[in-house]
Amino acid sequence: MNIVDFSLQEQMVLLIAALVLFTSFALLAQQRMLASIHVFAWQGALVAGATALIAAVYDQPHLYFSAALTMALKALFMPWMLHRLVNRLGIQHHVETVVRPSLILLAAAALVVFSYYVALPIEKLSLLSTRNTIAISMAVVLLGMLMMVSRRQAVSQVIGFMSIENGLFFAAVVSTHGMPMVVELGIAFDVLVAAVLFGVFFLQIRDSIESLDVDRLNRLSETRLVESVREAEE
Amino acid sequence: MTGWLLALVQLALFVLGAPLLVIWVKRVKCFLQNRRAPSMLQPYRDLGKLFRKQVVLAENASQLFRMAPYIVFAAMVLAAFTVPLIAIQLPTAAIADMLVLVGFLAIGRFFITLAGMDVGTAFGGMGSSREVSLSAFAEPAMLMVIFTLAMTAQSTNLSSVMQYLIDVGLVLRPSLMFALLGMLLVAVAETGRVPVDNPATHLELTMVHEAMILEYSGRHLAMMEWAAQLKLMIFGALVVNIFFPWGLATEFTLVAIAIGIAAMIIKLAVLGVVLALSETVLAKMRVFRVPEYLNLAFLLALLGALSHIILEVGV
Repeated sequence: MNIVDFSLQEQMVLLIAALVLFTSFALLAQQRMLASIHVFAWQGALVAGATALIAAVYDQPHLYFSAALTMALKALFMPWMLHRLVNRLGIQHHVETVVRPSLILLAAAALVVFSYYVALPIEKLSLLSTRNTIAISMAVVLLGMLMMVSRRQAVSQVIGFMSIENGLFFAAVVSTHGMPMVVELGIAFDVLVAAVLFGVFFLQIRDSIESLDVDRLNRLSETRLVESVREAEE
Repeated sequence: MTGWLLALVQLALFVLGAPLLVIWVKRVKCFLQNRRAPSMLQPYRDLGKLFRKQVVLAENASQLFRMAPYIVFAAMVLAAFTVPLIAIQLPTAAIADMLVLVGFLAIGRFFITLAGMDVGTAFGGMGSSREVSLSAFAEPAMLMVIFTLAMTAQSTNLSSVMQYLIDVGLVLRPSLMFALLGMLLVAVAETGRVPVDNPATHLELTMVHEAMILEYSGRHLAMMEWAAQLKLMIFGALVVNIFFPWGLATEFTLVAIAIGIAAMIIKLAVLGVVLALSETVLAKMRVFRVPEYLNLAFLLALLGALSHIILEVGV
């Protein structure tokens, strides 16, 4: 189906989907802590906006509730909590060095192409006009994973994790017009609990290795191992 | 016959109107920064003054140095010939498409960088080296934008692309949104505006365009400056007429052409305000950050192409 045949609202949904994908790229490229939290908040707001728009266009009133929930949790509450956490850890102005940023962005573009090919057969099964966005939401999931892989900072890994959840939620909304409310509520609160736990976890890592660089977790155990071996030899 | 006449009128508007766009941006900037603005005729006075002045040439300047301003200016005029400003489907549209337009701009750049290195001053060589390395990043992004447009309109001819977009009417295309953003970033870099280069200063170590033309004086300098103003006008016309093609004259009647001219003035004036706003808000960035900035432009254009395939064509 060509975009020319869609109504203006449906085109708007596609436009927002493209913007969500763009925020994923922005998250990957963003090296400043506060800025990536803001980008994450925008992503949540865009997903909520798309959900509300789909609710209006396809007359699915239960999606309004999901949109409100997404807006409240992912665009306002979680960024606020991350913000507070980052302030408390004193890393607001932390600039993370991403290894080979242009290579990562190329890999991200390749992932988008990959998810397009993977989603092609799925899209053929659907009759909804938003089916083209399934590939986009899949790409958002994969890009979130790429962000978790490519970052060392624990906080940015958590942002990557939460953007994966954004992608999953978006996939559910565009491909089937939302999961059952129980499932949606369950996932939302799971992520909420995860966010709280991550907060405690950050403080713990920070106390034990005096840094949030998760690579140091490996190094620490190795040196300890070497030391203990040495002690045993002596 | 009317077509050719109109093409010549359009070219005259391009060449004579280019200084107006520059001074408009400058005036809006002055207004935003609470400074007193120069008059709208100032760039014409400057050009006239330079044309009357004597040319001072370096002793070791070669023939190339003397020819370069004319070649650069001619390349810009040829490029302007292929860009629709007030009307589409002019006979000149059949001469060249967007790829040739990029080629014309490249010819201009080639000779300006050669001229920069010709006399052998440190600044000229530095400016040329920067210009070439920046264009190596800017050109792929520009071509990617063109490919995105070509996929949408099934043509690389500017006139046909605009005709297609006018015929289809208002469609919210994600690909064109990304292409517009990428095009804006490339246009700012190519025309040497803030944050990539600062056209208002000759005293910075980070200058690019001004460093290359530092050795020029008199009518040579006038040609170079006019060519730079023409380049800004070309990019302005590209941005407003590709992405907002409404108002362009599609038939050669007086009313349609009058509407075309009025629409062109309004669109370019709005673009000038946007440019002045962004230049007031942004600070010039370090030269080493510019490749990152142009990578973003390329990424946006690539996302445009991808979102066209994924979202707009469908299965």
